[in-house]
Amino acid sequence: MFRNQYDTDVTTWSPTGRLFQVEYAMEAVKQGSAAIGLRSRSHVVLACVNKAQSELSSHQKKIFKVDDHIGVAIAGLTADGRVLSRYMRSEAINHSFTYESPLPVGRLVVHLADKAQVCTQRSWKRPYGVGLLVGGLDESGAHLYYNCPSGNYFEYQAFAIGSRSQAAKTYLERRFESFGDSSREDLIKDAILAVRETLQGETLKSSLCTVSVLGVGEPFHFLDQETIQKVIDTFEKVAEDEEGEAGEGDAEAAAAPAEQGGGGAGDQDVAPMEM
Amino acid sequence: MTFTIPIDNGDALKNAEADSQRTLYPYVTGTSIVAIKYKDGVLMASDMGGSYGSTLRYKNIERVKAIGKHSLLGASGEISDFQEILRYLDELVLNDNMWDDGNSLGPKEVHNYLTRVMYNRRNKFNPLWNTLVLGGVKNGESYLGMVSMIGVSFEDNHVATGFGNHLARPILRDEWRADLSFEDGVKLLEKCMRVLLYRDRSAINKLQIAKITEEGVTVSQPYSLKTFWEFQAFHNPTAGAQGSW
Repeated sequence: MFRNQYDTDVTTWSPTGRLFQVEYAMEAVKQGSAAIGLRSRSHVVLACVNKAQSELSSHQKKIFKVDDHIGVAIAGLTADGRVLSRYMRSEAINHSFTYESPLPVGRLVVHLADKAQVCTQRSWKRPYGVGLLVGGLDESGAHLYYNCPSGNYFEYQAFAIGSRSQAAKTYLERRFESFGDSSREDLIKDAILAVRETLQGETLKSSLCTVSVLGVGEPFHFLDQETIQKVIDTFEKVAEDEEGEAGEGDAEAAAAPAEQGGGGAGDQDVAPMEM
Repeated sequence: MTFTIPIDNGDALKNAEADSQRTLYPYVTGTSIVAIKYKDGVLMASDMGGSYGSTLRYKNIERVKAIGKHSLLGASGEISDFQEILRYLDELVLNDNMWDDGNSLGPKEVHNYLTRVMYNRRNKFNPLWNTLVLGGVKNGESYLGMVSMIGVSFEDNHVATGFGNHLARPILRDEWRADLSFEDGVKLLEKCMRVLLYRDRSAINKLQIAKITEEGVTVSQPYSLKTFWEFQAFHNPTAGAQGSW
């Protein structure tokens, strides 16, 4: 995308019918660290990569509880994401107070999308630079939506946003047809595996990702590091075992070479075992 | 003499002229509503009278109305305020339907919405002068609740408003069961309504019973109860009385 004379104002159309400021806002989403969402009929899992600015700092919070039955994962300008999360919490609690009933997630995302649209049609505003993966329940079950700075929203079975999300999306595309009937545990495992895809080379550790779950009869909550590590251990071990078999001769896997590209679940480099 | 045109509701209490802007007493009123949960849903009974003080002025007022797909609203008290509430709920249901998304307002949601409205009005010293009964069925679950003009709200298996609280509820406390059939439920309500007819001076002998189940709402045609006035003790009521009673 190159600079041009139609991209200064959000209220200026280009001759080809594009609003460049809105498209630049969507670029901001692509630069943020990855966030992943998937759903079955009864549960939604949101996961994200914890990227810290430097070794000295902690990572930013990218997943927010909106209500017991709604959670949101963001990618892009986290400051914008926090503001929108506050708005969502406010809408949810106001509805709960008036009707003593949870706000259906489908209605919340429409409110959110309409709010984002306003920023694409006022010359004194700018679009929100954040993409939101909203997971929640309503009368018809579990839903996952993606809200975009353009004011559009889409419903998904599974989706990933942010940097290197394409790798996660490819993984999800292969598996999404089975998610509807997945058990809660399988859904969590798939989410963590999708996160691993975005790491491309780094070892997957529980400290690198945040995972949250919500479902029918299960209010939104974060999984603790121990639980996440246990899930990681189930498939990391399998990958290491298979790598051991794939290497001819040196079956001890003592020095599995990085370029081997092990078999089994991982199609990227797994850190060699230290014996 | 100061004359200030009331601009906002802050004036509602401070300004004598502003009194004409808020409800101080009711004018045309409906009397009791009696409602019970039964096996398949909720039954609600009311008469069709609208009293103007002590005059039984209007005899064809429907005080029980269907709200959306899942609820029934009955009201006693000021009839014009009931009509205002029906307008609020009409808008609420309309907006809910416009979402067209498979979600719909159930009786619990409507009841809570009404509680908020009634309580808010009470706080502004401008109440909607009604006691409302909200019944309904959604996803197989029956719901029955009440809201008063001061915003007191609760749920129960059987509720009544006005005189019904004093005359009907004792009967219901004794005779209500969770598994009442439709026929038994109607008989029980008629028993309550008959007592009210004898003893409540604002009651008239023209009533409707409404039913709500998972399938929907049915409001009966108006009908009358059989009454008996030939008790011997009433033929010569003062015989044996001492003093001027």
